[in-house]
Amino acid sequence: MTGADVLLLALGAVAVGSGVLVVATKHLVRAGLYLVLCLGALAGDYLVLTAELVAWVQVLIYVGAVVVLLLFAVMLTRAPIGASDDLDRPGWPAALIGGGVGLGLAALLVDAFRWSSVELPAAGTAEGIGEQVFRSWVLPFEVLSVLLLAALVGAIILSRPDIGRRPDTAASSSRTKVVR
Amino acid sequence: MRPVIPYVTAALLFGLGVYGVLRRRNAVLVLMAVELMLNAVNLILVTADTTVRAVLPHSGQVFALFVIVLAAAEIGVGLAIVLQLYRLRASVTVDDVPLTEPADDRVGVGSGGDAGTGSAGGRTEVGR
Repeated sequence: MTGADVLLLALGAVAVGSGVLVVATKHLVRAGLYLVLCLGALAGDYLVLTAELVAWVQVLIYVGAVVVLLLFAVMLTRAPIGASDDLDRPGWPAALIGGGVGLGLAALLVDAFRWSSVELPAAGTAEGIGEQVFRSWVLPFEVLSVLLLAALVGAIILSRPDIGRRPDTAASSSRTKVVR
Repeated sequence: MRPVIPYVTAALLFGLGVYGVLRRRNAVLVLMAVELMLNAVNLILVTADTTVRAVLPHSGQVFALFVIVLAAAEIGVGLAIVLQLYRLRASVTVDDVPLTEPADDRVGVGSGGDAGTGSAGGRTEVGR
């Protein structure tokens, strides 16, 4: 066990523990905050694994943008501060499938790698990654930019207020009034 | 460095994400569980990048960056859908989403003016 192993174990424990809390907590806002903890621990994992650029992009985009968007959505849709009981559907099947997938994959990977040891490479720099992105993976990079544009346009069109304006929305709009 | 540690972490996180997607009823929480799964895949990619000698160096990290961008796009469109759902139904419960078009005989049952003002009020309320 080297120092990197200890760090990876500790950060992995934090990530898995906060991941459990994300899917198990009864508080909507706390789920988002535990997600921050989980993503931060994963960013630490990336740092230990010498993927510095990925780690900082993770902090910037996931913790900075995605979680903030999710918390915005929590606040815009429903903002009970306390615990809510209707977040889950009763689920042995979910526990069975999720546990099966997780433990099955873990068994597969443990069987593949055993307790083998690998030398960590020198700390990765942004220069190496940039070289790869703009040399070997330029085409996927450009396709990704088109996809981002499509997602942007799609999100704007989905947010248009005249979607779903039908004569039969009286029932749902009266429900809106009652809920308010 | 023992590569089995991050691999097992990623496997467990993926299992947690699957569990969350199947268990949660609130659409925002379902999206959070999807984020957990995407991050597990990212961890696998980054670990494989440092442990496997590949022809192209750093391909795993480049793919991890691509997955992060995909996740950002996914969360943008997903939250637009969730907010639209909330505007229409005043609830983001996944179980309540109707998967079929409403029957035609319901069209025109309510008085048109009342429905129009009602939905207009709902729009301004949510839009603020």
